[in-house]
Amino acid sequence: MEKYDYEIVIGLEVHVELKTKTKIFCACSNSFGAEPNTNVCPVCSGFPGMLPVLNQQVVDYAIRAGLALNCEISPYSKFDRKNYFYPDLPKAYQISQFDLPICLNGYLDIYVEGRTKRIGIVRAHMEEDAGKLVHQGSITQTAFSLVDLNRSGVPLLEIVSQPDMRSAAEAREYLEKLRSTMLFAGVSDCKMQEGSLRCDANVSVRPWGEAKLGTRTEIKNLNSFRALEKAIEYEARRQMDALDDGELIVQETRTWDEEKQVTRSMRSKEEAHDYRYFPEPDLPPLMISPEWVESIAREMPELPHQAQQRLMDEYGLPPYDVAILTSTPEYLAYFDQCVVDFSQPKAVANWMMGELNKYLNQSNMEISACLVQPGHLAALLKMVDEGTISGKMAKDIFAEMFASGNEPQGIVKEKGLAQISDQDTLIAMIEEVLKANPKVVEDYLGGKQKAAGFLVGQVMKATKGQANPTLVNQLIDKCLSAQ
Amino acid sequence: MALTIAEVEHVALLARLSLSQMEKEQLAEQLGAILEYADRLKKLDTENIEPLDHILPVSNVFREDAVKSSPDREEMLANAPMAEDGQYKVPKII
Amino acid sequence: MQLCDLTIHQLKTRLEKKEITSEEILDSCLGRIKEVEPDVRAFITLLEDNARNSARLVDKQGNYRGLSGIPYGLKDIFCTRGVLTTCASRILENFVPNYDATVAGRLIEAGGIMVGKLNMDEFAMGSSTEQSAFFPTHNPWDHSRVPGGSSGGSAAAVAAGEIPFSLGTDTGGSIRQPASYCGVVGLKPTYGRVSRWGVIAYASSLDQVGVFTRDVADCALVLQTIAGHDPLDSTSIDIAVPDYAESLQNDIKGLKIAYPREYFQQGVNDEVKSAVVQALKTYDSLGAVIDEVSLPHSEYALPAYYLVATAEASANLARYDGVRYGLRDFSAENVVDMFSQSRALGFGSDVKRRIMLGTYALSSGYYDAYYLKALKVRRLLKNDFDRVFEDFDVIAAPTAPTVAFKLGEQTGDPLTLYMNDILTVPINMAGLPGMSIPCGFAGGMPVGMQLIGKPFDEGTIIKAAYAFEQATSFHLARPGLGVK
Repeated sequence: MEKYDYEIVIGLEVHVELKTKTKIFCACSNSFGAEPNTNVCPVCSGFPGMLPVLNQQVVDYAIRAGLALNCEISPYSKFDRKNYFYPDLPKAYQISQFDLPICLNGYLDIYVEGRTKRIGIVRAHMEEDAGKLVHQGSITQTAFSLVDLNRSGVPLLEIVSQPDMRSAAEAREYLEKLRSTMLFAGVSDCKMQEGSLRCDANVSVRPWGEAKLGTRTEIKNLNSFRALEKAIEYEARRQMDALDDGELIVQETRTWDEEKQVTRSMRSKEEAHDYRYFPEPDLPPLMISPEWVESIAREMPELPHQAQQRLMDEYGLPPYDVAILTSTPEYLAYFDQCVVDFSQPKAVANWMMGELNKYLNQSNMEISACLVQPGHLAALLKMVDEGTISGKMAKDIFAEMFASGNEPQGIVKEKGLAQISDQDTLIAMIEEVLKANPKVVEDYLGGKQKAAGFLVGQVMKATKGQANPTLVNQLIDKCLSAQ
Repeated sequence: MALTIAEVEHVALLARLSLSQMEKEQLAEQLGAILEYADRLKKLDTENIEPLDHILPVSNVFREDAVKSSPDREEMLANAPMAEDGQYKVPKII
Repeated sequence: MQLCDLTIHQLKTRLEKKEITSEEILDSCLGRIKEVEPDVRAFITLLEDNARNSARLVDKQGNYRGLSGIPYGLKDIFCTRGVLTTCASRILENFVPNYDATVAGRLIEAGGIMVGKLNMDEFAMGSSTEQSAFFPTHNPWDHSRVPGGSSGGSAAAVAAGEIPFSLGTDTGGSIRQPASYCGVVGLKPTYGRVSRWGVIAYASSLDQVGVFTRDVADCALVLQTIAGHDPLDSTSIDIAVPDYAESLQNDIKGLKIAYPREYFQQGVNDEVKSAVVQALKTYDSLGAVIDEVSLPHSEYALPAYYLVATAEASANLARYDGVRYGLRDFSAENVVDMFSQSRALGFGSDVKRRIMLGTYALSSGYYDAYYLKALKVRRLLKNDFDRVFEDFDVIAAPTAPTVAFKLGEQTGDPLTLYMNDILTVPINMAGLPGMSIPCGFAGGMPVGMQLIGKPFDEGTIIKAAYAFEQATSFHLARPGLGVK
């Protein structure tokens, strides 16, 4: 137990890759996974005499993202050079935005522990990505490294939050919300594993009630939501222990070691960073008119918070369901499509959060890759609702649908799985069971209510479980009382 | 006034220039003299003057988001001092 | 008079009449090059075979439009596809670009015959071409003197009759000063008039591509070919390019010419001063209205210029890190040492000094006092010019404080060398067009007069320059090439 009670303070710096067709300053393709140095040209390789020309789509996306993050869009904005040497930074400066970023003063509302909390966004600015350095072996042991510039010049939006988060869970929730907001706005595909969503965390701790912020550290190399949470928890604990031991926190950059589950200092003998920002002379400034902003606002797709409100208002779904259904635009679209064909939203939600998610997670699959068409899931649920099949049968059929993509009606027919709900068929079967078990019938009529259960079981056995059990119960009652 | 050798070394590290002792001493002297000359700017009151960071009266110069094919990799790497597997090869980082 | 001594328009007339062929012109130029290069040393790379093939092709087609069949050279700062481009630096000693600078492409399209790449001060930093990493160029008028710089090779080659025209770049006077020293016409257009794409950057907000020719009509013709918007350069402005041939007229009655009193102080040599004063009298006699004005912030231009230019240069030259092209120190064991040692080996001492100065001016704690201050002074300098141009069409002044100095004379104190730019840098700081034309001699060396115009009004300075040229004969003087 520490000597003091501490409060954790977290701010996140998030980079999202904008999903333009081309890079930010040249016409090379912005696509992931190409052979090394095949999406490069003299401009993004920083060759002598090369000049940047700004991709308009980057600005449009940045404005759209800014609006989605409730930011003000700056009427005047410019680019700056951020100077540092690194083998994957071809010009030895990154074109970024320093004192006049395109987006300012926004926020995102997150839902944690049953309440809504507002996380402030300081700014969002456009910049170019660097290339990739591939080490032969580990960074410390390799004699050589290789440089691939495919990613150099990919457009990024860096979104800087206020230090408004107070726990790893809040930080995760904010990042999730940020991700879904960018996905819904349609500006990025936000794939952490491909690096199109990257996150650095600024973490500090302070004694409860203290107004002044503690010294922060910046944690890099957070490649998953889980890593974000674990790293913050570790780092906060490390800082609290250090303070308890009377040590001072050093302002520094640390890296998350996924293997050892610790943060490590990245301090080197290098000088403290001095980026020597100055206005980029090769790019004229940006003047963004209210009309321009307005035209982008008009074509803004539905955002997560709007979709959430809609699901609660129109369908009465609980906040928990709504948060999951709006995790990605594809997931929400799937839900909406199902509801068109089967108008019981809660049943659809339960199935998606239950069976569908189970299989998606098992096969580590995005919903966009799922073979089950929304119409097919709706048809399956309709069959359950009409009693054609039981809930348990539906689960088996769904497994088949997930594997094959076939429609449920076909599977039911092919395997003869339809539930027997035809009254005449069932009555005929019940009468046979009654005839074969006169003793039980006698017991029942003599007042032993429980005897009915045995009779139901016999009917289910005779139909290999395909009889509709509710109906069988009713019909047995009817037949016995007629005797 | 001449810069200190430590100042010269700091700037040289930022600029990634390895300098001989003689170069450092010369630069300390010369940069000091040039900066002293530049100090005459301090005579000017520029309190309410907007810095001129772009001389042209233009803004919003854009390119359409349309892909053009990139040059051949071999062509791009032709000037590389060292390359391997279609990538630039550099000595270890740390 | 040999073919190589003729102007472009003279050559064009004779080509069009089929009196001569492009190959004959080229032969004449190559003959002159063989004759004078051992002394002048204007070229870093000579492309004799390529030039010969191009000239033959032009003659075969027989269509002498634009600059068809006219030989030219490029300062070695212009990237040329498949042709060594060194910027006169060890660090780019073996660099062969896979692209042509936009202006290089325009000259090829216009049918020009590229003869070679011209010497310069390393990375365009210098005023004498002595800072070339390879060898200095000599002034054709007096081989013991410098041709000026940084585009010294471009100026000397045109003056010596090696080529009828060349391109250079001008960041703080690098076209106008060598034009003045070599007795040729040198134009630095308005910032934004000519594409910088493919031109190796020194200071991006100041660099501008321009022209060396032997007379004003040729200057107008070459400018016409290279000027205009380039979608690859965001700072090349998208406005119409006027027909500069229309500016070639004698009548300048009523043209308002200002001469700034500050440009006749600041250590300007008396003989230079009197040549320019004499030129102003010529203008007066041609009916122009001459008046003295003040550009009160002139004395601050040079320090502000050096801060802005070196700050930008410190970033522009950071890319020479030994990773993708250029010189690398293979002995380095880690990447930081590789960067520092490659750059130490590859850059000359003046380049290092400017990188250091620029890095310092941008570094934490000094940004406001130096770089930001210089940007504010830049605004004041521009305001000075704007005010004068409310009442005047052209500003006239000496191009440089002196005539060409002796080689080795100014290699000690960098500040003294920087003073050569004192009359040219304000024009770059304000982004204005400026031209140097021959206007007299001092001690047997040419003197240049600088004509400065409103933004994008190259037409008016061409007109003023043409009228002066028609009334005088300084532009007809050629260096006596035997003089040593």
